[in-house]
Amino acid sequence: MGTRNYRRKTSHSEHGPGDGGRTGSWRVERPVLDQSLCIPCKRNKEACFICWLFCPEIVISRTIPPRVDLEYCKGCGICAEECPTRAITMVDEAKFSEEDKE
Amino acid sequence: MDKEFIEIRWHGRGGQGAITAAKIVASAAFASGYAGVVMAPTFGTERRGAPVMTSLKISRTKIYDLSPIETPDIVVVLDHLLLKETDVTHGLKKGGIIVLNTPVAFESYGFKDFKLAIADITAISVEAGLPHGMVNTGIIGSLEKATNLLGIDILIKGIEEEFSTRGG
Amino acid sequence: MHIIENGNAAAALGVKLCRASVIAAYPITPQTPLTEKLSEYVERGDMKAEYIPVESEHSALAVCIAASSAGARVFTATSANGLLYMHEQVQWASGARLPIVMCVVNRAVGAPWNIWNDQQDSISQRDTGWIQIYCADHQQIIDTVIKAYWIAEKVSIPIMVCYDGYILSHTFMPFDLPEQEKVDAFLPPFKPEYALSPEEPANLNTVTLPDVRLDVRGELAHSYMEIRYLLQEDLRSTLAVAADAEKRFAKIFGRSGDPYIESYRCDDADHVAVGLGSLTYQLRVSVDALRKEGIKVGVMGIRFYRPFPDEAIANALKGKKTVIVFEKALSYGYEGALTSDLKSALYEHLAGTVTLPSVQNFIVGIGGREIRTDDLTQMFRAATKGRVSREPTWIGLKL
Repeated sequence: MGTRNYRRKTSHSEHGPGDGGRTGSWRVERPVLDQSLCIPCKRNKEACFICWLFCPEIVISRTIPPRVDLEYCKGCGICAEECPTRAITMVDEAKFSEEDKE
Repeated sequence: MDKEFIEIRWHGRGGQGAITAAKIVASAAFASGYAGVVMAPTFGTERRGAPVMTSLKISRTKIYDLSPIETPDIVVVLDHLLLKETDVTHGLKKGGIIVLNTPVAFESYGFKDFKLAIADITAISVEAGLPHGMVNTGIIGSLEKATNLLGIDILIKGIEEEFSTRGG
Repeated sequence: MHIIENGNAAAALGVKLCRASVIAAYPITPQTPLTEKLSEYVERGDMKAEYIPVESEHSALAVCIAASSAGARVFTATSANGLLYMHEQVQWASGARLPIVMCVVNRAVGAPWNIWNDQQDSISQRDTGWIQIYCADHQQIIDTVIKAYWIAEKVSIPIMVCYDGYILSHTFMPFDLPEQEKVDAFLPPFKPEYALSPEEPANLNTVTLPDVRLDVRGELAHSYMEIRYLLQEDLRSTLAVAADAEKRFAKIFGRSGDPYIESYRCDDADHVAVGLGSLTYQLRVSVDALRKEGIKVGVMGIRFYRPFPDEAIANALKGKKTVIVFEKALSYGYEGALTSDLKSALYEHLAGTVTLPSVQNFIVGIGGREIRTDDLTQMFRAATKGRVSREPTWIGLKL
């Protein structure tokens, strides 16, 4: 079966999993948030959200606290790089797999 | 003059209003029943003060040939000093009419093979209350008087219509 | 109501009547008076549109692409090197299937610099997937702009409305100004199937892989090859849509013609001249002159150049002895592009059934070189007596 009846005549993408599927498995490092440093958490106000804004995979939520969807986070580390208060650190994924085993 | 197909070439200077004058005559010709009217300025070289040329073709039927006029019936010259810079009679039909704005006396011109009509439009226009150098409406009157082209009433109406739509 | 205006004004009035809501253009001779007119309409409030000034033609079309993606009816215009500078976005607009209307005021391309008319600019964009329509007078300019929006929005393909620089753009002649109510009846507001909006966000024209794949909803989506095939398929079916547009236009405005070609004294002609734009009207004068000499000639103007109405053209030229193609452009290194297209159509539809006409190619008016009607007539006459040259022959060359 071909694409004859596809709903458009162009290419486009919508919010959702991409071509790579569940890309969380690609991760080598995982972003971990220190809520004592995170601006929205400290003030309990909708503020900053630089991590949400910069995440190229749109896997960080605009919530207090910001949550990372680990199903899709590739571990690129841009959130940690951009966070103005250094509230996010990238932690070796191996550490969590040991935890998972336990 | 053959009134089925008339070719008029206008010589003026950039900014003098030759194109507007030709356009007024074009509109009046169309309004008086000529189905074919084509007015084509010299292309690409319009600069204020530089010699410019406009061709106007008037025909009873639609005009398909948009190429420049080669053998005009009439030439209209808005500035007598152009005679020194341009051969305004180039291609003019034998017995063709030259309508010339000039302060110089009629006798001092010697055009063989052509009819000459002159008026000092520059002075007349100032008398009529126009700013100095506004000659493009006056010359239409001279053209009509010299050629009986369309009748003065329809030309006056054309002038009024052209300038009434030009606001500030 | 008939008015006397120049070709650029005819185009601008057409765009205004179509209620384009976003205009972005960069001025270039001889297109400039067209965009000036539109900016005046917008500034005075005569037109409810955004006029977006840009720093280049590339940006002008980029703005149109974005605005059209968001559902606006858009317009731009350019000439010559401006069109070439736009080229990358030209390809993009058709691939993105956006119904943009652009006037190309035909002008020679540099080098060397030349601001006068020929058609090398739009002909060089022949293979970009745009529809190309050529106009021969001001009535055709304003009517074509109106029809172009209807066709473009029906097939989701952008259209170039091409008309000769200066010869049409700066020349004044009378034409009928269509009434706004009639244009509104002909052309309903633009309602795209999908328009980019914050409520329904998406990435448009995202990268495609060599093969098809499932989209986010799990549906099998086109790849590049399917998208390009659909463009070709829809371009070919645009010919039928153009015929519908012509019928619809005739019903509302009372004016109509053949949507693809405009023939003059061709029915009993042995020799037919073919061309694009105002030149084909000038050739009517040559046809009349040669007919008086007893030579059976006619002229066919091609209005739709892309998609190419090959069947209509071949049928019209069936049984003719000579086809004489007058072109203001050249596929450098070979011959006029239109000549090649015509030969292809003749071969496709007539080979094996009738004797194929011989084809002569004349190149005229390059860089605004004056096209004297007498010269056209003389070369036309010569070509009816046997092929002048196998190579394209340049008329008016002073070498």
